Amino acid sequence: MTTAQPESQGSMFDTTIEHQEGSGFVRSLLAPLRWMRDYPTLWAGLFLLAFMVLFGIVGSQFVDPELARAGTVEIDLSPGQTVDYRVKGEDRSAFSVLGTDSQGRDVWAVTMLGTPLTIYVGFLAALIGMTIGTVLGFIGGFYGGIVDNFFKSFADMLITVPVLMILVVVAVTLKSSIDVTQQALIISAFVWMWPLRTIRAQVLSMRERAYISVAQISGANTLEVIFLEMLPNLLPFLAASLATAVATAMLTTIGMDALGLGPQNQPTLGNTIYWALFYSAPFRGIWWWWTPPVLALALVFGSLYLITAGLDPLANPRLRRQV
Amino acid sequence: MTAEYLLRRIGVFFLVVWGAASFNFILPRIADVNPIEERMSQLASRGAVSSGNTEAMIKHFEKRFGLDKPLWEQYVRYIWNFARFDFGFSIAFFPTQVRSVISQALPWTLVLVTVSSLIYMFLGMALGALVAWPGASRAFKLLFPPIMALSAIPYYLVGIALIHFFAFQLEWFPLGGGYTVGSSPGWDFDFYLDAAKHAILPALAIILVSIGFSAIQMRGMMVTTQGEDYMLLAEAKGAKSWRLFAWYGVRNAMLPQITSFALTLGHVVSGVILVEVVFGYPGIGTMLLQSIRNFDYTLLYGIVYLVILSIALATLILDLIYPRLDPRITYAPRS
Repeated sequence: MTTAQPESQGSMFDTTIEHQEGSGFVRSLLAPLRWMRDYPTLWAGLFLLAFMVLFGIVGSQFVDPELARAGTVEIDLSPGQTVDYRVKGEDRSAFSVLGTDSQGRDVWAVTMLGTPLTIYVGFLAALIGMTIGTVLGFIGGFYGGIVDNFFKSFADMLITVPVLMILVVVAVTLKSSIDVTQQALIISAFVWMWPLRTIRAQVLSMRERAYISVAQISGANTLEVIFLEMLPNLLPFLAASLATAVATAMLTTIGMDALGLGPQNQPTLGNTIYWALFYSAPFRGIWWWWTPPVLALALVFGSLYLITAGLDPLANPRLRRQV
Repeated sequence: MTAEYLLRRIGVFFLVVWGAASFNFILPRIADVNPIEERMSQLASRGAVSSGNTEAMIKHFEKRFGLDKPLWEQYVRYIWNFARFDFGFSIAFFPTQVRSVISQALPWTLVLVTVSSLIYMFLGMALGALVAWPGASRAFKLLFPPIMALSAIPYYLVGIALIHFFAFQLEWFPLGGGYTVGSSPGWDFDFYLDAAKHAILPALAIILVSIGFSAIQMRGMMVTTQGEDYMLLAEAKGAKSWRLFAWYGVRNAMLPQITSFALTLGHVVSGVILVEVVFGYPGIGTMLLQSIRNFDYTLLYGIVYLVILSIALATLILDLIYPRLDPRITYAPRS
């Protein structure tokens, strides 16, 4: 990392200072709008992610979870057809928005229930990994020493190892079926390395800054320095790290699922892709089976990418002048 | 490059490889499962192998792993075998050696990863450099956002869409596999052509997604390079525009890509493994899926160990040649 950065890190408030106009009250009402104007990428990403989360959470309230289980509906029906539901022996038929798959699931129900499940795994794993990485990063950046050396070297090594391989060995050997939360916990053990590196590097360079010394001379203890002086400045870094970690964790969870090692009997998006591949759906032209999960994943990954890219000018103010 | 750095770097390599091998040894023992016995009884109950054969296999494995010996002796034997790439027999393909099963699959993956990496690096660097260059056509700037959008999506999801459009609907390319079923892999031109035809879509899935990673880094480096004094000097000396671009700009900006390539190699290989699964491409990925489905532990551990070892080796080589390529980088101790 470079050491000479004259501007204050992550100066989020630059923009509000630049555009001082109108009365205070109106200005505070317009502040969010101005933010959106100044950081369109970030906001587009946040809106898209919020939409996908709401889409799943709200949508899953309106579908019958039974329909996401194999063998409840007629198989291989293309979207828009009327389907006989064999749920609980009932004899009723209904309009199927996205058709059905080769195992007798309703694709709409699967997508609705699967999207929040997969996002949940990604966020839970990333939050745990981020917490571990941030704590280790702060300890390392502040105190250094053997512990720091150990974790830094360990992280550097683990970064080059294909995590999916390790997880495959773990999942196959333990073989017991896992649920989504357990899967998230296992994955979280492999997403702390990048946050550690990022936060550690920032803490190291920040520690030498004048305002930290001023705070320390004024009698602030270490915790106060961390929480009141450093953490606010690190927010853009933490947010960008979190978005990256969520993307990594989601990539890992659908990778495990696609190899048939996901939580069993759960309609996660990765499991849906696994079954679609298992029944050769892309080769048989059953596009309505794989398109919804692929599209949902593409939108979530896209939103995370937009958030990371949108946070870049906040995290690295020097980039603002570029291109 | 100091001897101390060299030793430390090689030490790290062996640490990773040793860790990978030990992990495979320790995990089943912590989990308290005996995968081989379990798998044998499973096979026998399905009638897949006759019980006499099963006993012979169990005996063979017990002798091989020295399961009657103390734990430390088992461990030493295990590590020694892995160090010699001796993974024993595959459980599912008994009595074929794991080594020979893997060596059939490995070339497919190696070629796929190498060729698509070279292509995506080249295209990505070209695109990134041109986007950042003031004199370049605006078309590149328009191409940039869709390429970046693609880069957020995992390879194999793009692969599924490619199969649907180009293999299923348009029928331009074969539906999956590595070569036409029935043709025997040989050294003749027809076979290579056939294999190349099968490899285009999997490679395209990897390339389309990866260009973005390479391009955005190159763009950043090109922007930085343009602010350097030597660019100003070259311009003042009257160097032609293309020479400024290629000789002074691109040449200096492309080197840091090697580091980021080394860092993302593990990620790329994980992605390639899943691409192979999607396409049914006869490489390491498809072999891995088979070993998972068959609970073929010996094959699985062999594959995982070899993949980790190859990536560690590639990273080591890149790390060692990097200072030779870029004189700005030294591993000399900072004093």
